[in-house]
Amino acid sequence: MIKVKNIQKTFGDRTILKGISAEFKEGITNLVIGGSGSGKTTLLKCMVGLHEPDSGAVYYDGRNFTSMNFEERIHVRTEIGMLFQGSALFDSMNVEENIMFPLNMFTQQSEAEKLERVNFCLERVNLAGNNKLLTSELSGGMKKRVGIARAIAMNPKYLFCDEPNSGLDPKTSIVIDNLIQEITEEYKTTTIVVTHDMNSVMGIGEHIIFLHQGTKWWEGSNKEITSTNNQELNEFVFASKFMKKLLK
Amino acid sequence: MMLYSLGKYILLLKAVFRKPERWNIYRKEILKEMDNMGIGSLGIICIISIFLGAVTTVQTAFQLVSDLIPRSVIGGIVRDSSILELSPTISAIVLAGKIGSSVASQIGTMRVTEQIDALEIMGINSPGYLILPKIIGAVTMIPLLVTISIALSIFGGYLAGTISGAVTTQSFIEGLTTDFVPFTFTVSMIKSIIFAFIITSVAAYQGFYTDGGALEVGQSSTKAVVISCIMILFADYIVAQLLL
Repeated sequence: MIKVKNIQKTFGDRTILKGISAEFKEGITNLVIGGSGSGKTTLLKCMVGLHEPDSGAVYYDGRNFTSMNFEERIHVRTEIGMLFQGSALFDSMNVEENIMFPLNMFTQQSEAEKLERVNFCLERVNLAGNNKLLTSELSGGMKKRVGIARAIAMNPKYLFCDEPNSGLDPKTSIVIDNLIQEITEEYKTTTIVVTHDMNSVMGIGEHIIFLHQGTKWWEGSNKEITSTNNQELNEFVFASKFMKKLLK
Repeated sequence: MMLYSLGKYILLLKAVFRKPERWNIYRKEILKEMDNMGIGSLGIICIISIFLGAVTTVQTAFQLVSDLIPRSVIGGIVRDSSILELSPTISAIVLAGKIGSSVASQIGTMRVTEQIDALEIMGINSPGYLILPKIIGAVTMIPLLVTISIALSIFGGYLAGTISGAVTTQSFIEGLTTDFVPFTFTVSMIKSIIFAFIITSVAAYQGFYTDGGALEVGQSSTKAVVISCIMILFADYIVAQLLL
């Protein structure tokens, strides 16, 4: 479980996060949603330590991550897998090398064991046999899937996904969403997905936090999200005519 | 602002020299960088060095109008100017353009495409992994390149002198072997090590703190070359002042 307590973050004179507290349980897909500029990516970056919060703390199963130094954080970070918005694959490496990279850095496994793990991860994301492809040869959807394979290579306890569907067609988006949900249930990971994609919200949003102007505006599940009276949330959910027609 | 940048640069260097996670991974990266920087820059260094020596010979001969000064002096001047100044400094400035821009744009691109974030999430010391192999690669290969440059510059000077008739083979070799001070070569190596460190660390700093997109990567690359060149010339003066 990941707990964030009263997180505040300011850039210059702009306060992005205004004291956010939340709990993200393991084994379910937790979604952080909100409009552009609502602070969801900043919250995610504060949680993984890419940004230091001005105040507040992040707890990974009770361990205060915010107060740890670089060396102490390494241990927690080896338990984290992250899928980036642009996949962030290392473009100097092929698919196999990308997935093997964390294994090379942090495990004592033999080459054969590492290769076996890479093949397992690739198979898990339906990309078996694509080991030697360069990242420049992959489509957007394939890059995301390789990103997921790399994120799960170390058997993470915590999985973070930053806008996993951005730039993907609706069909591939569903494939990625389903993959994230399957992995979460299979490995009992604490999964946090930052998104503004309503298909994801309705499809995999078991626990949803809605951010608005840097504050936690609403919390619930995809079953509750369409029946709330929260005006700002309704504006977000029913922004498109299609959603209005479909859900009202 | 300058002090702020200097502080950030020093903090980055502190992170660069943190104990590596896995030496065998770093070793592979160091060898790759040595190949990229050393073998990759050999061609340009050979070309510029031959011409540097040739031009020095021709211009020195042009200025030697007095019959009282023996032509063998040309050999000595080409030797000393190649060892002390032309090979280390001009090579470093050319390498700042070649290696520095490449390092800054490579690291800058990794920054804007979140590859550096990905390294950090994994628990890897990203400055160490990305920058240390480049610094070690440059600090080992650039002195070698400068040594080759010195030899080729002298050879270029000899060729230009004999072909143009400005100096005979015998006079050139006589000048080359007379009054040689081996310490000049030590100074040249010290300079090349310092220049190598400046080229890679300044470029890596510019790349590492790139913020934005493709445009900013280009700007970082340009800044890296300009700042490196200024720093190289400044360090050149300091080393000359201190050691000669």
